[in-house]
Amino acid sequence: MKPGSIAIVGAAETTELGRIPELSQIGLHADAALNAMKDAGLKPADIDGIATAGETPVTVAHYLGLTPKWVDGTAVGGCSFMIHVRHAAAAIESGLCSTVLITHGESGRSGIARTRPAVSPGSLQGQFELPYGPMGPPTLFTIPVLRYMKTYGLTHEQLAMVSVVQREWAAKNPRATFRDQITVDDVLNSRMIAYPFRLLQCCLVTDGGGALILVSRERAKDFPRKPVYLLGTGESVETPMVSQMEDFTSSRAFRVAGAKAFAESGITHRDVDHLMIYDAFAHLPIYGLEDLGFCSRGEAARFIWERNTAPGGKLPLNTNGGGLSYMHSGMYGMYALQESVRQMRGIAPAQVPGAKLSVCHGVGGMFAASGTIIMTNEAP
Amino acid sequence: MPEAQRPRPQPTPETRHFWDGTKVGELRLQRCDACRKAYFPPRPFCPHCAAREVSVFKASGKGRLYSYVIHHRPVPGFTPPYAIAVVELDEGPRLMTNIVDCPQTPEALVLDMPVEVAFERLDDEITLPLFRPVKG
Repeated sequence: MKPGSIAIVGAAETTELGRIPELSQIGLHADAALNAMKDAGLKPADIDGIATAGETPVTVAHYLGLTPKWVDGTAVGGCSFMIHVRHAAAAIESGLCSTVLITHGESGRSGIARTRPAVSPGSLQGQFELPYGPMGPPTLFTIPVLRYMKTYGLTHEQLAMVSVVQREWAAKNPRATFRDQITVDDVLNSRMIAYPFRLLQCCLVTDGGGALILVSRERAKDFPRKPVYLLGTGESVETPMVSQMEDFTSSRAFRVAGAKAFAESGITHRDVDHLMIYDAFAHLPIYGLEDLGFCSRGEAARFIWERNTAPGGKLPLNTNGGGLSYMHSGMYGMYALQESVRQMRGIAPAQVPGAKLSVCHGVGGMFAASGTIIMTNEAP
Repeated sequence: MPEAQRPRPQPTPETRHFWDGTKVGELRLQRCDACRKAYFPPRPFCPHCAAREVSVFKASGKGRLYSYVIHHRPVPGFTPPYAIAVVELDEGPRLMTNIVDCPQTPEALVLDMPVEVAFERLDDEITLPLFRPVKG
């Protein structure tokens, strides 16, 4: 993608977040999509491309009354939406379609008509991981971190500080699920889930959704909202089995996606005003800061401890409160993108003054996949 | 009512040799005939160089504790707290497992401690490769 050639002109979350017992999974997709179309001043007839995960693009297109000529059903977990943005940019740039809608909706808490792929007992995970008793992300995503702790001397207190700092951001956000300040002791005294992870180091489980609309730069100024331009994008995958990661202290998918996005954008790390790193668990911002190149290996925990990513710090990170405090429906990547767009529009609850450039980094599965999107509010 | 059991793996044609091995007390890995690298999980070609000429061999069953979590919530077939661990085998590959004959505590589960395979029979077809600390 040529930097600045594609813009986000519609962006919205579901009307409510948290507990939404009156909407099913597809209903959450639709609520977010209708809000995003309203945001962009568009009708279903204006949309000619659809990308989604969780639901299939067939279901979403049918439900919303769309007739797409480009579809993308990439479903690689929570970063699917970053990857949809990347694919949509390429599709628009090459003329396959002109107006792409990307939707997410997930009834994570209420569980209404939620689609969850079953893991076959004959699959690689079914044969070589599930028999040993993992029960979802809290027991899988977390497995590499003891190796990180031994390699780099990361302490339990430093890992707890990630949650503390993100709660400071959440406190500024009226839509955040948890807003009360917490301390390192609060985190270390919260209920043990999967050692070394305690409750306050694990993401929320809530209902919600979000949607984005993308068009070419040429059309971007014809929409009601300030356009947010894409500067660079990256994606990669590694393994469906966390036990088979090449390096337990670093994600290959993070490194590949991040480096590609930075190279494409032509920016340097110094240019970044605002950063989102998908935080399903407290160690992810640490891995992300290092794998994206903001910190040297083993340095990210100290960087966070010294309040560089906190309110007032030089690199504001997860300014909505993140998956740890804002919301987490299951595939959180869409909410990270929404916060980057809000920051670039200048309307975030915890707005970073004068922010011009945002990096938004997502993870899918348990370090299985990754997508990175770099955006700016400055017209190319 | 039968007692809840841990999830049971279902062997496939490509992994049959592995489960046939554990049943007779062998931890079987594969090695590429071309590039000589050992690998896991099983597949009928080399994930490093894509050669189809690969051999099954009996691994030493020895390795070291590479990383883990200790799960504190109930799961059918398990009594919490229990560790979900990754062992790095002496031959190189890593695999997920449980650590037996050892308290399920951070104090007892020390990273890099030597471990050896301890086979646990589930039924006539499936025996799981668990690991225990090497004594002495």
